[in-house]
Amino acid sequence: MSLIIRGAHVVSPKEKIDKPLELHIRSGRIAGLYDKGKAPAKIDPDAKVIDAGGLVLTPGLIDMHVHLREPGFEYKETIATGTKAAASGGFTSVACMANTFPVNDSASVTRYITGKAEKEACVNVFPVGAMTMGLKGERLCEYGDMRDAGCVAVSDDGRPVMDAAMMRRVMEYAKTFDLLCISHCEDEALAHGGQMNEGAKSTVLGLTGIPCAAEEVMVARDVLLAELTKCRLHIAHVSTKGALRIIKNAKKRGVNVTCETAPHYFMLTDDDITDYNTNYKVNPPLRSKEDKKAVIAGIKDGTIDVIASDHAPHHDDEKRAPFMYAAFGISGIQTVLPLTLSLVQSGVISMSDLVMKLSCQPAGILGLAGKGVIKVGACADLTLIDTKKAFTLQTGDIVSKGKNSPFIGRELKGCAQAVFVSGKRISI
Amino acid sequence: MGIELKHLLDVDTLSKEDIFFILDTAESFKEITSRDIKKVPTLRGKTVINLFFESSTRTRTSFEIAGKRLSADTINISATSSSVTKGETLLDTLRNLEAMNPDVIVLRHPASGAAHFLAKHAACAVINAGDGQHAHPTQALLDLMTIRERRKGGPAGLKLTIAGDITRSRVARSNIKLLNKVGIDVSVCAPASMIPAGIETMKVRVFHNMKDALSGADIVMMLRIQKERAGKSLFPTLREYSRYFSLNKETIKYAKKDVIVMHPGPMNRGVEISSQIADGELSVILPQVANGLALRMALLYLLAGGAKQ
Repeated sequence: MSLIIRGAHVVSPKEKIDKPLELHIRSGRIAGLYDKGKAPAKIDPDAKVIDAGGLVLTPGLIDMHVHLREPGFEYKETIATGTKAAASGGFTSVACMANTFPVNDSASVTRYITGKAEKEACVNVFPVGAMTMGLKGERLCEYGDMRDAGCVAVSDDGRPVMDAAMMRRVMEYAKTFDLLCISHCEDEALAHGGQMNEGAKSTVLGLTGIPCAAEEVMVARDVLLAELTKCRLHIAHVSTKGALRIIKNAKKRGVNVTCETAPHYFMLTDDDITDYNTNYKVNPPLRSKEDKKAVIAGIKDGTIDVIASDHAPHHDDEKRAPFMYAAFGISGIQTVLPLTLSLVQSGVISMSDLVMKLSCQPAGILGLAGKGVIKVGACADLTLIDTKKAFTLQTGDIVSKGKNSPFIGRELKGCAQAVFVSGKRISI
Repeated sequence: MGIELKHLLDVDTLSKEDIFFILDTAESFKEITSRDIKKVPTLRGKTVINLFFESSTRTRTSFEIAGKRLSADTINISATSSSVTKGETLLDTLRNLEAMNPDVIVLRHPASGAAHFLAKHAACAVINAGDGQHAHPTQALLDLMTIRERRKGGPAGLKLTIAGDITRSRVARSNIKLLNKVGIDVSVCAPASMIPAGIETMKVRVFHNMKDALSGADIVMMLRIQKERAGKSLFPTLREYSRYFSLNKETIKYAKKDVIVMHPGPMNRGVEISSQIADGELSVILPQVANGLALRMALLYLLAGGAKQ
């Protein structure tokens, strides 16, 4: 079975491609890349031709921070529904966090996830294993076993490893197996009981605030520990100006650290929380205008390597509650691409930067061989983007089981038109 | 002249005219309480549910008597156990109560925003009788009513100081908003561990000592210090708190001679306020309670539709 994608403008920064090309796919791999008019006249008579005129073709997008909720919380999301949502959002690969039930803290849970994914997922699923047993921050997990079962990184995401000595051992042990450490930076004592960013808005709403320092002290600690251990460190969901200052400085000093942010941190602030709308309740919380500005600057200057969704789907009942009791999280996998495209439209970044942050860098950081590239012989994971399509997001458009998006009702421009996983077109 | 109120969730949406209209209505209800037969048929056939998820003496009794003096059927539900403080249960409680078609639900709840949440899902009127650290609009209104009674020249230009745990006080927040609207100059005073972030954006001045905070004050409003918080992270001992932040015969000298002393209750005598001051002639603590009743009668009347008949 072969496929020809004709007429698209191809953007693949790893190969410095930013021009119209015709792409031929055979047996799930990229078989040829041709300038206009240079394609061989004789082609496979069974080849299916896709007219992609006016569209942008990129390496398949990779969301390195999602919660697929399975096993254990299938009422929120499953591997099947979460990957369907991922494909609709333009992603061909996702890395799923370990805070399931049971926690992905052993090879058997990892194998359950990869086994399920093989049968039910429509995009590639790369499990992230837990750093500590049960995410409790007390005992190491069997990283070697988990890596061999398919884990591409370790993280206690959703919870910090509060004990600094424990975190040191996590990093040392992860380094042993060349596993990336993804750190959820939150000092639980400083954040304790908080529901939103600490500031004038939390005071007016009478909600307990989470200070930026709760995130920043842990970013600083983990940077120092990464320096000590020489472990590869990736800071998840960076939301504050101070955290970015620490990371920028660490990078300058040559520390092996990367980081990601999520679209809500460059789109929204705590001031947008009106009428106790629980779809705006997320952790880390939506910060101040200053922080939002710093996040945009960090995306522009490269301090932020990756944009990831931190897709956190919840059941309606968990959000239909007073703010204090509502669950933290935004169902965001479908809005990453349009919201990041808004940064391209406003001139903050180029289309090539977007592809770097949504595909090349996640592939590099997670060590996913053959992903994030468009070259002959590589696996044909591709995303076809319509950058001009304008639409207003409706609850009904959200493919994920979790409809908890603060962007419902918002005018968006640009979305995935098609995704191909190993050359197979996924219906979206 | 009148106002269209569906709910009373906070003081934000009230204009200056609304505020004075509510206070004038409350004034007119005060007289009923001094009658021999303290009952009028105004809300006959109306149902008021007091739904209290936190303990309360003053506010709950005040709403209950207010309803009864207006001939409404008044029902009290206390649910202080933690099993009912989950959001889903609050929604289900509301749906069950609404199946019995009440006219007003008066809600006190430990979660900030609980009254907004209820109002979003309720067909009947909702009065916020205190939600978490967020708002306590009827307290602020009765406080203003009390101030207006004592200062016939009107509230504009008066200086008021609120002292106590501002971070955890819904009374402080609603009063700051309401009193600013009518031109009162508001200051707050507490150790920095009890001052919430960004409070100055609510148009208040912040002090950490009573001398500066009370200097030239026309009114001082003391807040209850939660004794159980002593020795934890907010302050070391009640002894030290009371030494630096209580209102007593020494510290009151910093304020104007005829300063009005207020306290929303319940008081901790000898902690934030000395008995001598609480029971002294400058204190309006009990008139506050009396006005609270009239004010709540006015609000039930305005919200339960009595005004339309």
